[in-house]
Amino acid sequence: MSSRPSLIAIPDSFFLGMRMFVPVALSIAAYGLVWGVLAGQAGMSALEVFLMSALVFGGASQFVALESWTPGQLPILAIVVTTAIVNLRMLLMTATLRPQTMHLPMWKSLAAVSLVADENWAMTMGEYAKGRGGVAFLVGSGFCSWLAWTGSTLIGRLAGALVDDPARYGLDFAFTATFIVLLLGMWKGKGDLVPWLVAALAAIVTAKLVPGNWSIIVGGLLGSLAGAIVETRKGRADVA
Amino acid sequence: MSLEALVTILGMAAVTYAIRAGGLLLADRLPRTGFVAAWMRHLPGAVLAALVAPAVAGGGIAEAIGAAATLGIYLLSRNLLAAMIGGVLSVFLMRMLGLG
Repeated sequence: MSSRPSLIAIPDSFFLGMRMFVPVALSIAAYGLVWGVLAGQAGMSALEVFLMSALVFGGASQFVALESWTPGQLPILAIVVTTAIVNLRMLLMTATLRPQTMHLPMWKSLAAVSLVADENWAMTMGEYAKGRGGVAFLVGSGFCSWLAWTGSTLIGRLAGALVDDPARYGLDFAFTATFIVLLLGMWKGKGDLVPWLVAALAAIVTAKLVPGNWSIIVGGLLGSLAGAIVETRKGRADVA
Repeated sequence: MSLEALVTILGMAAVTYAIRAGGLLLADRLPRTGFVAAWMRHLPGAVLAALVAPAVAGGGIAEAIGAAATLGIYLLSRNLLAAMIGGVLSVFLMRMLGLG
């Protein structure tokens, strides 16, 4: 009965979130497998793979971290700083979730946002716009996403020895393909054209000139600044 | 598991959680209009574009075809999984044909 208070009452929207997320989780698992294989080649142990996927739970930042994963002389600070920059977008994502967490005690909201990732955030926002969504939906889809990511990266690491060369099967491209699709899903209109082009060009030039992950930082910062400049100038022109 | 790996992973986890919690805690104080708000709105897309562009531009013809296939299939079907499989499959076929 819904009127009976219970400690283990799980709202229906938790299960709805899990169910609706399954198709997306399959695609996450596909590039999770790839990341696990690549992590093994970079010298990560199965325990390290599990801990990173379970605790960081950020695919993009984990792919980027692999590029600098050199056991014995890990550039700890550089990897942590790059992780922060790649994941900075999550600040905006959890900020936009605030209206859905308003009615909850802060500690519950703080626990819930640990499961926020690109895909389940996007799905929850989409559902919320239709009058559904909510924190239980976020946590259900996030849990589904976490299971897919942690499980698939671990399987990829353990099965990595069977796949001699993931690039031969084009599997290394799964990451690029997924992020192309995520990027396209973010398209809101012509205002995105300038920042995306500036970001892409700046990143390509930086990647040619400087080794490491600087291309993401330089491209991301220059692209978003360009977008803001165009937008605020246009706003002023509209007012004038 | 080495100490450096543990420290790196815990560091990555700590900054990432701080960012997740930070958005929630700062939500009421972040500017909603003006330059900073516009800059923050454009940050996620720009980071993703900067992530993808060098991978496509730095690759060969296989990556270019793969990117085009992913883009085309997504625009036609709006299906993440189909677009991803199409992209990976075309890269695989290109490399099998020795065009990578």
